[in-house]
Amino acid sequence: MSSALPGIKSDKPGKRRFSLSWDRMLVLMLALSLIFGHALSPAFLSNDNLGNLLAGISEYALMALGLTLLVVAAEIDLSVASILGMASGLLGVLWQAGVPMPLTLLLVMLMGIAAGAFNGLLVTRLRLPSLAVTIGTMALFRGITYIMLGDQAVASFPQAYTEFAMNNWDGTFLPLTYVFLIIPLALAFILLLHHSGFGRMVYAIGANHTAVEFSGINVARSKFWLFVLSGAMSALAGIVYTLRFSSARADNGMGFELSVVAAVLFGGVSIFGGRGSVTGVLLALLIMGVLNNALTLYDVSNEILTIVTGLLLLSSVLLPNLISRWKESRRKTAAAVIT
Amino acid sequence: MKCNLKTVALIFGMAVLCMAGLTVQAQEIKPGLKVAFLPKQINNPYSVITGSGVTEGVKEFKGSGKMVGASDAGASSQVSYINTLITQKQNAIVISANDPNAILPYLKKAAAQGIKVVAVDSDVGVEGRAMFINQADSEGIGRSQVQLLAKLMGGKGKFAILSATPNATNQNTWIKWMEVELKKPEYKDMQLVKVAYGNDDDQKSFVETQGLLQAYPDLKAIISPTTVGISAAARYLSTSPSKGKVIITGLGTPNQMREFIKNGTVQAFQLWNPKDLGYLAAYAAAQLASGNISGKQGETFTAGKLGKYTIGVNGEVILGLPTTFTTANIDEFNY
Repeated sequence: MSSALPGIKSDKPGKRRFSLSWDRMLVLMLALSLIFGHALSPAFLSNDNLGNLLAGISEYALMALGLTLLVVAAEIDLSVASILGMASGLLGVLWQAGVPMPLTLLLVMLMGIAAGAFNGLLVTRLRLPSLAVTIGTMALFRGITYIMLGDQAVASFPQAYTEFAMNNWDGTFLPLTYVFLIIPLALAFILLLHHSGFGRMVYAIGANHTAVEFSGINVARSKFWLFVLSGAMSALAGIVYTLRFSSARADNGMGFELSVVAAVLFGGVSIFGGRGSVTGVLLALLIMGVLNNALTLYDVSNEILTIVTGLLLLSSVLLPNLISRWKESRRKTAAAVIT
Repeated sequence: MKCNLKTVALIFGMAVLCMAGLTVQAQEIKPGLKVAFLPKQINNPYSVITGSGVTEGVKEFKGSGKMVGASDAGASSQVSYINTLITQKQNAIVISANDPNAILPYLKKAAAQGIKVVAVDSDVGVEGRAMFINQADSEGIGRSQVQLLAKLMGGKGKFAILSATPNATNQNTWIKWMEVELKKPEYKDMQLVKVAYGNDDDQKSFVETQGLLQAYPDLKAIISPTTVGISAAARYLSTSPSKGKVIITGLGTPNQMREFIKNGTVQAFQLWNPKDLGYLAAYAAAQLASGNISGKQGETFTAGKLGKYTIGVNGEVILGLPTTFTTANIDEFNY
């Protein structure tokens, strides 16, 4: 069995093996999806289209990075999309008021951190379940956004920033936001979760937080910072979204949290905590993005796309369950044979 | 010397006439053009009617057409569809914009790839499209709406505007002209108390109407220059105690409003034919894509059964005059 206590050389093969095989399956699915997309439409693999595809999932990717760590720690943050909206609203309001962009961006990030801290305090200090808390803050933050912007929309942002948010690296399919923001951050998160002491602790907390607490670690403080991180990433997603569409509206990002959670779960992160990988989540997002793009290019309607996403999510929850049950029944048969 | 000059002038004149004749004749539309229609909102009855006009036009000039779009009247939702259309290498995009600015960079990208962009009903920034097909002169719509309202209100009382989304270009242009017309002395006893936004969402418009009547108990009229808004407001009024006491008018489709005209909730409203609008837009897009026109002021083109149109300032083309619908003529129309 895998050891959940940090400091002890952990025998990870059980958890790791599963993650690796899920990751491998995701890589296979991604390859199949890309082939599928190319088969449906020759223009699929063009720089422009791949750039649009990646840009389309950029905000989900940013939110998913923060959310993955939280879900591995057996918590959740459903307010990510509302923080995105609030960030977008604040960005619009400040810019319209004449605050220079660098200061505006800084204030928006601080607001994301504050929102994450608010979630973190309610969960760790008041010991409220994160599901309930973040459903509440999902509404609260969206409400604040409506108070900030009302029915208005801010539409004129400085060209330098909107062009950064909209364009690809010259001659390639990589959007600039990926080159300078998303890929570096993804690498940082992979290092954080998979190759650092803090990351091992996050897994431990997710697998058995009582044991971790009894070993003297301040679980509450770690969780608090995870919420702060999620808030910051959501605010960043809000900035990218606003600049990409040159539009700050109170309903920006409405409903995004469902797709982000879907990507996290489909990426192999267990909703109960303690299992999963950042690479898996990113692969899952790519698959969802590829399928969405390929089907839209083929003129498949919006409704069918949501059905496909729903089925993917269902399978991501069912499959591990079925696999472990199958393994369990095999083990029982083997045990029965031996005795 | 003089002889030579005359001959040169004569030949030159004839050449010009020949070229002019050729240009008029050469307004052939290329077959097989791919035209996509991107309305503000895909499940809006008005968009569906406009779309049917586009389809009719496309079929006539032997192109292939489709209508794509999101079900929310959001600005950013249109962006991913524009990107898809660019990748699909459409010949022309006919678009009604939810926000005149948000999609500009993406439309410019489309134009850079050789796709002709025609705005219809709700305009985008001038740099984003080659032509704008306007249903009627925007100033004319705004002013005639106020004139109709004043006639129904008897020239005095409080009224509110129930609009669509706050950024919709067409809405804001008409409201602006309404406010200009209201400044005239003959409307001095009419007071605009609020502009509410129903976001072209049936339920929201319904609730906003409720809100207006509760917030302003002495409200005499609601004018809604959007087909979703006026039908939701009329539906609310027809089952409320304010029926017959509060005037409702605006821009609505005859089929949606017929029952409310017949049951007395609405006395009169206006519109043009959205199907003709779509048809004209399709032809304009096709003529652009065939290289017959370039959107400059003064150019003319034929739009199938609608006849000849001349392009005005900033690439704007006007369909015609709006019609006022009342109990007298409501049954003559089917759209």
